[in-house]
Amino acid sequence: MMRHDLIAPLFSAPFALAPLNLALSRLMRRIAARHPGILRRLGPHGQARILIDVPDAPVLLLMQPSGQRLTAHRRTAPPPGSDATIRGRLGAFLAMLHGTEDGDALFFSGELEISGDTAAVLALRNALDDAELDLTEELATLGGRAGPALRRLSGIVARRSGLVLSRPEIF
Amino acid sequence: MMELVCPAGTPAALRAAVDAGAHAVYCGFADETNARNFPGLNFSREEMAEGIAYAHARGAKVLVAINTFPRAGDQPIWHRAVADAERCGADAVILADLGLLAHAAERHPGLRLHLSVQAAAANPDAINLYAEAFGVKRVVLPRVLTVEEITAINREIDVETEVFVFGGLCVMAEGRCSLSSYATGLSPNMNGVCSPASHVAYAEQSGAQEARLGGFLIHRTPKGAPVPYPTLCKGCFTSGEQTGHIFEDPVSLDATRLIPALQKAGVRALKIEGRQRSRAYVGQVVRAFCAAVEAADKGQPMPEGLLAKLTEGQAATTGAYAKTWR
Repeated sequence: MMRHDLIAPLFSAPFALAPLNLALSRLMRRIAARHPGILRRLGPHGQARILIDVPDAPVLLLMQPSGQRLTAHRRTAPPPGSDATIRGRLGAFLAMLHGTEDGDALFFSGELEISGDTAAVLALRNALDDAELDLTEELATLGGRAGPALRRLSGIVARRSGLVLSRPEIF
Repeated sequence: MMELVCPAGTPAALRAAVDAGAHAVYCGFADETNARNFPGLNFSREEMAEGIAYAHARGAKVLVAINTFPRAGDQPIWHRAVADAERCGADAVILADLGLLAHAAERHPGLRLHLSVQAAAANPDAINLYAEAFGVKRVVLPRVLTVEEITAINREIDVETEVFVFGGLCVMAEGRCSLSSYATGLSPNMNGVCSPASHVAYAEQSGAQEARLGGFLIHRTPKGAPVPYPTLCKGCFTSGEQTGHIFEDPVSLDATRLIPALQKAGVRALKIEGRQRSRAYVGQVVRAFCAAVEAADKGQPMPEGLLAKLTEGQAATTGAYAKTWR
């Protein structure tokens, strides 16, 4: 059973943006270093500022791939300037990122909505799909000695929430 | 058994197709030489060589699509693509242009030539001309023929035929359609892009969602309802007092149930559309069609409706194969 509601309290807890943005920044730099094909595939579209809007999350994420920037912005503040927006539930984003759901199918069914620079969104979707990312592995490697614990925690959260938090070998 | 020819827009999708059991994979270089020249897609020369090696090691073929029409004066771009495909070890190249076919036949006599759907060869005379003049070994038939017409064509030709069985449905005379060019200045024929994303805009307007192509309003749907990709041939138009999809609904092709009939018609290969789709799509569709082709080979009934979620408009049609054309 999908239990995304288990994730919501994590987002509702009060927190400071600075440490989150530091972690997001490190994650982006790490992904860019380990997967140079992403920026190569993006080409000029890497300059685009893409806003990721998960409606039930308290923050918006702004990504600028070529600058290796990923920053969180509170919903209560005016939204940051962007060239394109992708809007959808967290589960849809994670399933697309890990290659268990097709981005076009999510779009056709209305689970993902896009606005703004469609070509930049399409390029990002294609570049990430080819990169075969595994978010749990990226975070675990970034976590150093805490890596094994992060992997275990990710497995527990994935089982309880139904979210796709890592790349399955066979889907 | 009929050959299953599967799409790959990226090296990851190629591996997904091969791992899922594709007999052959078709793909293109990351430039205007192929008809899916979309942002973030396609293969560098190095990726192509690696992809072909991966496929060959697992018993699958790779067909390289070089199926746009060269611009006068810029033919070397297309000539290099043919030479590089051969150097990378391609099992065949898929071409549409007469001049490029002549070049490939003359300069690359060992390279197997397939005729792209972009050539719109839809009758025995046209197909036999391509076979006799250039040594084409297989023709990809346009998506405007019935199964009966395909049967009749196969009786009068000596080359293999390949037909689309799943994915985006082009209802026009492919390689001749100018709708995208009219709206955006770019076409699949010359630039490798139909309704390019660079000219697509989605926006909310007065409580509805609008999809535009080159500034033209193509779809307006209630907020929360799926918005189809804005292509002119599947747009919603008002003509006289009628409003609707004048050419074709935004649906996809699914000819699974016709596979036995296509086999009986003498079709050699079944093609899945979707080089612009993800590795998730490729893996799921290829697995489903491998099962269907094996079932057809054993005379078993065809599975149906497994892939509706992956289709545009969440709906499928058998297209012209079982013709109920308006």
